[in-house]
Amino acid sequence: MTTIDVEVRGIGKRFPGVVANHDVSLHIRPESVHALIGENGAGKSTLMKILYGVQPADDGEILVDGAPVSFASPTDAIAAGIGMVFQHFMLADNLTVAENIVLGAEKLHGIGDDAKREIREISDRFGFGLDPDTLVERLGVAVRQRVEILKVLYRGARLIILDEPTAVLVPQEVDALFANLRELVTQGRSVLFISHKLDEVRQIADDISVMRRGTTVGTADPKTATKRELAELMVGAELPSPATSESTVTDRPVLRLDGVSVADDTGRDLLHDISLTVHAGEVVGIAGVEGNGQSELVEVVMGMVRAHAGSIHLGEDDITRLSTRAVRDLGVGFVPEDRHRHGLVLDYPLWENRVLGHQTSAPAVRRGLVSRKGARADAQRIIDEFDVRTPGVETSARALSGGNQQKFIVGREMSGSPRLLIASHPTRGVDVGAQAAIWDHIRAARREGLGVLLVSADLDELIGLSDRLEVILRGRLTAQFDPSSVTASDLGEAMTGGEAA
Amino acid sequence: MRRVLDTVVGGLLPPLVAVVAAMLATGVLIAAFGGSPGDFLEVIFSVPNDRVLLTIINQSAMLSISGIAAAIGFRMGLFNIGVEGQYIVGSCAGAFFAGSGLVAGPLNILATLVVAAAAGAAYALIAGLLRVYRGVSEVISAIMLNYIALTMAGYLVTNYGQASGYTFTTERLPLDSQPLGFKIFADAPGDVWALSSLALILGIGYWFLIARTRFGFELRVTGESATAARASGVNVKRMTLATMALSGAVAGLVWMPAYFGSVHTFGTPENFQAGLGFLGLAVALLGRNRTLGIFFAAALFAFLSGQSNNLQSAGIAKDVIDITQGVTVLAVVVAYEVVGRRRAKTEAERVSRQLDAEREGASA
Amino acid sequence: MSPQVSAEVMRARTFRYTWWLAALAVIVVISSVRLYTGADRITAPGTLRAATIGACPILLAGLGGLWAERAGIVNIGLEGQMLLGTWGAAFFAYHYGPLVGVLGAAAMGLLGGLLHAIATVSFGVDHIISGVAINIVGLGAVGFLAKTTFDDLEGGGPRNLSGYSTPPEFTVPLIADGARSLADRHWFIISDVAGAIAGVTTRLSVLTVLAFVLVAVTAWVLWRTSFGLRLRSCGENPQAAETLGINVYRYKYVAVLISGAFAGLGGAYLAMVASSSFTVGQTGGRGYIGLAAMIFGNWRPSGVLTGSLMFGYTDGISLLSNSGTLVHALLLLVAILLAVFAVIKVRAAERTTGLVIAGLSLGAFVWFFSSDTVNASFTGMTPYVVTLFVLAVFSQRLRMPAADGKPYRRGGAG
Repeated sequence: MTTIDVEVRGIGKRFPGVVANHDVSLHIRPESVHALIGENGAGKSTLMKILYGVQPADDGEILVDGAPVSFASPTDAIAAGIGMVFQHFMLADNLTVAENIVLGAEKLHGIGDDAKREIREISDRFGFGLDPDTLVERLGVAVRQRVEILKVLYRGARLIILDEPTAVLVPQEVDALFANLRELVTQGRSVLFISHKLDEVRQIADDISVMRRGTTVGTADPKTATKRELAELMVGAELPSPATSESTVTDRPVLRLDGVSVADDTGRDLLHDISLTVHAGEVVGIAGVEGNGQSELVEVVMGMVRAHAGSIHLGEDDITRLSTRAVRDLGVGFVPEDRHRHGLVLDYPLWENRVLGHQTSAPAVRRGLVSRKGARADAQRIIDEFDVRTPGVETSARALSGGNQQKFIVGREMSGSPRLLIASHPTRGVDVGAQAAIWDHIRAARREGLGVLLVSADLDELIGLSDRLEVILRGRLTAQFDPSSVTASDLGEAMTGGEAA
Repeated sequence: MRRVLDTVVGGLLPPLVAVVAAMLATGVLIAAFGGSPGDFLEVIFSVPNDRVLLTIINQSAMLSISGIAAAIGFRMGLFNIGVEGQYIVGSCAGAFFAGSGLVAGPLNILATLVVAAAAGAAYALIAGLLRVYRGVSEVISAIMLNYIALTMAGYLVTNYGQASGYTFTTERLPLDSQPLGFKIFADAPGDVWALSSLALILGIGYWFLIARTRFGFELRVTGESATAARASGVNVKRMTLATMALSGAVAGLVWMPAYFGSVHTFGTPENFQAGLGFLGLAVALLGRNRTLGIFFAAALFAFLSGQSNNLQSAGIAKDVIDITQGVTVLAVVVAYEVVGRRRAKTEAERVSRQLDAEREGASA
Repeated sequence: MSPQVSAEVMRARTFRYTWWLAALAVIVVISSVRLYTGADRITAPGTLRAATIGACPILLAGLGGLWAERAGIVNIGLEGQMLLGTWGAAFFAYHYGPLVGVLGAAAMGLLGGLLHAIATVSFGVDHIISGVAINIVGLGAVGFLAKTTFDDLEGGGPRNLSGYSTPPEFTVPLIADGARSLADRHWFIISDVAGAIAGVTTRLSVLTVLAFVLVAVTAWVLWRTSFGLRLRSCGENPQAAETLGINVYRYKYVAVLISGAFAGLGGAYLAMVASSSFTVGQTGGRGYIGLAAMIFGNWRPSGVLTGSLMFGYTDGISLLSNSGTLVHALLLLVAILLAVFAVIKVRAAERTTGLVIAGLSLGAFVWFFSSDTVNASFTGMTPYVVTLFVLAVFSQRLRMPAADGKPYRRGGAG
């Protein structure tokens, strides 16, 4: 396996509405792990797509082993020895592991037994433990990631790009991944590792490049750079901290779940015997590997799925059998996990999005009729109070950046002073400015007695913001932690039930 | 100024382009098979005489109702291709009921409208229930239901209607239940049917429901994003059933103007106008599910159909007008798609420009 | 990992075994019903030949639907493409002979597919809207073309044409006669199977053979070649395919063009085998039924074949003369099968579904024992009712391609 040397010079890309790339330069040395850091929206993903041929660059050049190349499609990038693992896995659930891997590279070993043999061989060499005949839909997140990496290796890639590969992994899985990456480098490959988690970057990288507002603003040496210096380079300031000050927890329960179970269509329990209390002024964090029942927990409280056992109380009110509408009307704010799918109607103007979820209450709706005036005025209030950067209430939600969309949603869900806020991944994929603002608002509301049920994959956010942590594993609450004393590693072990360790 | 321009470009240009494109395509096809596109255009764009004009007005009314029925479904993301079947069922049930004379005099009209709407709604609910409880695509089930409706109507009329000549029909509408039409041309035979005004009433009702009421808002939101609707507290299953029923109810009314205005009896295929339900889908698409748009689209389609009757004399098969109509629909959805993408792009650009300017202003 | 795989293989084997057993049971029930009612025509060679002829256009349309949907494009325009095929077959066969007729039909269908591909793939138009528009255009075009090109021909009229030659038919020697004589004995089971064999070996059109061969070809290409893998990946996750350097647009185009061509062949079958003349609107909704057969068949070639044979049977018998008593006998068959099905559902803890089906079964029994014949209107309705019923019962167990019907735009990956 020959090594690869990739250099990017003065790349530029213009997009409507999104921070474009301009004058991006970096050099990935052979046999090294190069980390590219920058906050959400800094333009990292755009650069990756250009480097992998998904989108063409407007300016600049890419040099592979000193020679300029141009990629019209991923095929060209693959041919040049570049492979990419996307943050959102690019796998077809209904196809087998083998089919997903050989797709597009059928010329190498066909699509039959030869290919499967090759896949087993690579899998064994790196200790991936993959079976080519399994359907992808049966695989968990960490295994899917290994399929993605194998896909790239199968094509003989010499530079492997990984876009935020640790976002969905628990600490133990991250360690396993890093071991795999090290193994790759020893065997002559290069890795471009994209992240905004500074600790991880300092742990794995040989070189660091920093991106900010669409351009590379500097490099750093992982052995000497401190976290603070990196943050300074990345956002021009210290990173915001989710940490809360003194406790405001009261003994007044706002949400109480007693022995709640939820089953899927086939009768299998997705949630089993969940008992949980959130008090006024308390943030209860739910930690867990994605797909272990977090979504169901949120949905059963919101009345979107029905519990077949147990009861749910909001203050004194029994909400076990109530509809989503009734639950909302009793004073529950809801920040859903996927803002594009659940939180907004992207093509509607902001004022109509103000009505969403509050169809029964003034000022947006009066006596069954939508009040345009009331909704517009209140949308404007949210824009002002929550610092949503938008030309006005007539702008469609789609045109806003992720951070501004999320601030608008949080503002909307805080309207009408709710008793309880259910927040799923409230700062996922937003810039640090919006992240800090959202954390501030949650903290302020907590001070005023709001109870918060917080679901997040960001362990720093969970540990910093929560007054109490519950771990969810295969639909059960399996462990409780005090955030002031827990470590990410303890949490990770509990989240996987000790398996990943 | 920009907003006016946006409205013109986004709202009016696509249908205009589509109609021109469709005319062009039809003309090319006619020319390709040795016909004269000039003759085609001449016939289509000739000034209609009073009799044809009346037909066009009445047909526009029925097409508008059909378009509204389809639009109600479209706004909720349902493709109610079953408007045709619901229209047949509503017409058949209404005609049987009205002809029976159970209710006497003008009240019979009102009662019949209720029966026709209820029958259409009930029939639409079959597809709705199958979708909600069995996960069957409403498109496929409604297509099957359309064929079943046509066969059932034929069976019912043959077995429970009366013979008239070689065909069977329902009993005739009693004379005292026949409303007077609007005689707008003194010399021409026929009039604008009384119940053609139903189109106006339903059009305004549809606009108010969708644009102003909470129910309409929830219906629209469900259409744009069922997931967001669910999170916001809409019961999507119930909304699906309500929308199907509403759409079916309106579909059941489509033929009522003709029934009360001139036909007075129902029987397939002679005493019925099959196909209006399908055209309603096209009308709704062309009119972009907006009340005024639907009225204009219905008028256009009625105009094309009305004029096409004269094509035979020019030696051109009147079927070409189906091509014009079909291509219009295809072209208009393409045009809307293109305009929509452009608009999203310009808006994103505008927002980022404005925010950049603000940022610079703040830092300066 | 390996125990899981072997469990899967085991399940697949058990499944296949159950499947054969179920098929055998159905044949036994059919045969018993035939003996009990004395309606020997249920499995007579003539009936089954009509069923085969009824099945082929549906099969071709269904396969066409399969090609498009495996690449993620819903092609409801099959009906219009089939219509174009009927005209193409008549026009080209009349002037250039049957072979060119078949090719012409496929080409006309392909043209309809091209229109659909341009709208849905290049412009991202809603697949159903485009399909409906194509059906409107197809009907109009066929009406216009028929009047323009057939009116002055000998054997032609403004809306029909006859007098062109059709693809050859042949009878398989020995087998056909042997099977027929067995079938005429009306023996339990043996005669029923023999009837089926005689039905498909007597006066067999080469187009029928082609249709069945295309089932195997489709299965092989889509599941055994890299071209097929790529095409299917576009229906499962086009963004993933794109990141692996696959030109998704091209595969979608190819799939929809093939889809249209298959539908066109279905049209040719209608105008050349099912009938020897052309009329405007000859398809009568068979494009839609083909789509239903594809859904029933769970987006798999063998499933499409099963669905087409079932729908083809109901379609075929509705064209037979005096089919009232035959359909009446079938009522009993339906009642028994429904009853069995109801028991299965109740035992699978789907009580409500089971009870609804039991109710339907009871209704069918009552209808059977309280009447002597079934009105011709209802016979004509059978394929649509059966489709509706089958969808209502099975649709939740079906698995369509994950990205089927979803818009896709290049450059959106990541």
